Amino acid sequence: MQITSQTFKANTVKALADVDLQRALKHVEKGFIGKRQKAADALPEFEALRDSAMAIKQHTLKHLDLYIEAYVAKVEASGGKVHFAEDADHARRIFLDIARRRKAKTVTKGKTMISEEIGLNAFLEENGITPVETDLGEYIIQLRGEHPSHIIAPAVHINRDQVEADFRRFHVDLDPKRDLLKPETLLSEARQILRQKYGEADIGVTGANFLIAETGTSVIVTNEGNGDLTQLLGKCHVVLASIEKIVPTLEDTAQILRVLARSATGQEMSVYTTLSTGPKRPDDQDGPEEYHVVLLDNGRSNMLGTEFEDMLRCIRCGACMNHCPVYHAVGGHSYGWVYPGPMGAVLTPSLIGVDKAGHLPNASTFCGRCEAVCPMRIPLPKMMRHWREKEFESHLQPATARAGLGLWAYFARRPKLYRAAVSFAMPALKLLAGPKRRFRKLPLAGGWTKWRDLPAPEGRTFMQAYAQSGHGHMRSGGRETAR
Amino acid sequence: MTINGPADIEASVRRRPTVALFVTCLVDLFRPTVGFAAIKLLEDAGCAVVVPANQTCCGQPAYNSGDREDTRAIARSVIETFEGYDYIVAPSGSCGSTLKKHYPELFADEPEWYERATRFSAKVFELVSFLADVMGVESVEAQLSATVTYHDSCSGLRELGIREQPRRLLRSVAGLTLAELPEADVCCGFGGTFCVKYPDVSNAIVGKKAKNVATTGADMLLAGDLGCLMNMDGKLKRENVAVEVRHVAEVLAGMTDKPPIGGKL
Repeated sequence: MQITSQTFKANTVKALADVDLQRALKHVEKGFIGKRQKAADALPEFEALRDSAMAIKQHTLKHLDLYIEAYVAKVEASGGKVHFAEDADHARRIFLDIARRRKAKTVTKGKTMISEEIGLNAFLEENGITPVETDLGEYIIQLRGEHPSHIIAPAVHINRDQVEADFRRFHVDLDPKRDLLKPETLLSEARQILRQKYGEADIGVTGANFLIAETGTSVIVTNEGNGDLTQLLGKCHVVLASIEKIVPTLEDTAQILRVLARSATGQEMSVYTTLSTGPKRPDDQDGPEEYHVVLLDNGRSNMLGTEFEDMLRCIRCGACMNHCPVYHAVGGHSYGWVYPGPMGAVLTPSLIGVDKAGHLPNASTFCGRCEAVCPMRIPLPKMMRHWREKEFESHLQPATARAGLGLWAYFARRPKLYRAAVSFAMPALKLLAGPKRRFRKLPLAGGWTKWRDLPAPEGRTFMQAYAQSGHGHMRSGGRETAR
Repeated sequence: MTINGPADIEASVRRRPTVALFVTCLVDLFRPTVGFAAIKLLEDAGCAVVVPANQTCCGQPAYNSGDREDTRAIARSVIETFEGYDYIVAPSGSCGSTLKKHYPELFADEPEWYERATRFSAKVFELVSFLADVMGVESVEAQLSATVTYHDSCSGLRELGIREQPRRLLRSVAGLTLAELPEADVCCGFGGTFCVKYPDVSNAIVGKKAKNVATTGADMLLAGDLGCLMNMDGKLKRENVAVEVRHVAEVLAGMTDKPPIGGKL
């Protein structure tokens, strides 16, 4: 997938002018927030569960090597195989080896962001293998040749009428006069088409929400049941997951599940929570003949032990982007790679380099709503600030911004000089503004005045006015007033 | 009064603490009225107020731009200047939070300064929450015949837990009606340098805020942070929405005789 994070600003201008996108984004704002709040309010121990879920992940990350070893041993004991993939290219090659050995022509896919991260679909097509997305949202964007704009609602940037038009364009064998007005009819049409694919598939690919060290189990959480059909009906099940999905025990999984769906969609549990352990056993009625896990690192182990380790607690619920005013304004594609919103602003520079993703940690107002709702209490603004520090240290910020900041800091560190400068500048600005007391335009303030007026200062600075008011600088007394 | 020992000193401090006003750069430069309103409110609450001359800014612009060294230099100077007072109060949730929550973090690898910053930060408060939570102020003497609405600035709300305090005090203003702002807890799009680095995104966010303000039918929009207020006022004026914008302290101190932020429409 082509990275366009460098052109974030241009991406946002396009997104802000996109009428369909803006219409779709309203649903994010209106839908997710209220539902999460209701679910959190309905569970008295929700905050305590967040603490406990966070503690589980913190513990796991501290001993990740140990738990990965335990996990691999259990997967292999159940007849499956774990493949370590150092980076995206390695993961794709591992997958292709499996596919070639199985002479695979068609691959059905449940929703997996790791597949996006390694660019699996394009790679499979290059190699003559057809990937079929079975999650409704993923299916829609595959038809459109797009990428997910949200980690749990991949097609959240598209409206119902656009989907209807796409279905009429691609499902040409169906009656053109059919009624597709209701969202459910769109769902059942997609279902009808996809049902045939599951059984025909040579490989079924899923992601994983959890990999359980205690049992060697992978867990997926879905609402459509497509993941279950993908992994059961395919002849070979390949799980694509990154290393931080490991949790120690089933009990831990249950604990984290209690905050996952509530934070994501406001559901108590998602409709399906499916556990897979190894391939079909001799006495099993069904299941895949082979079970593989491609365990992807792709830069994550470098985050361990750094200021970015906390990011590896992320369980991909999407609450941060659901509550982000910047995401609400510009949508997920503006971020220019796989992971959008606040979690993407922290994770993307870690995975593709801050030189490519430098805008993302800067494109935040630090309003803190993401951290406030993150079930794992990941200090997202703090970590975005860490990225800004890295950029500052390596001189990656624009020269003008840096020079402006340098000039400001020079004065801010010298109160007397600062005082002299502002005591002159503020009354002058007031005069310049005139009786309207605001500016529609001001040289060097174009970023401000492009869309809003700039209020003029009242005149003398507070420090000037205070010194002249008779209060005196270090006056220690005040008026005697009763409390 | 004779002071007989530490217990008495403590009691005297409680009765009449000395508060150092951290003016904040925006109030100093753009809205001195807020500084005078803060002094009046603090004095009415029984505090002795001092304004140390050696202050410029809390360092947030440098801090949020990744410039840790300049931030640390500014923080050291602020701590040195203010640490001797009983309390340090700022008429801003955002600057207050920088002093209270972020200064200690800046010195995580300098134990001596970390100690100092932590002791300092325990005495730092945002103005309205200080009045309500520390000084126990339950009502103010002010009067204002207007319907006002209130925006919760992000740092104050989420880092310092300021929500009910300003509303409670506003309800005690004679003649004032408080109309709740829809999505009052959503960012206004200011974000310090964010608003000039990403003006188009910032505009989309403040545009929604302006629409929400307009739906309240309020005569006046209040908040506790001048950055947010200037941003929201700038957008309201550009959209020709006739709502006066003021810092909450101006209303609580009964100092609404001065023209509002950005003048009248």
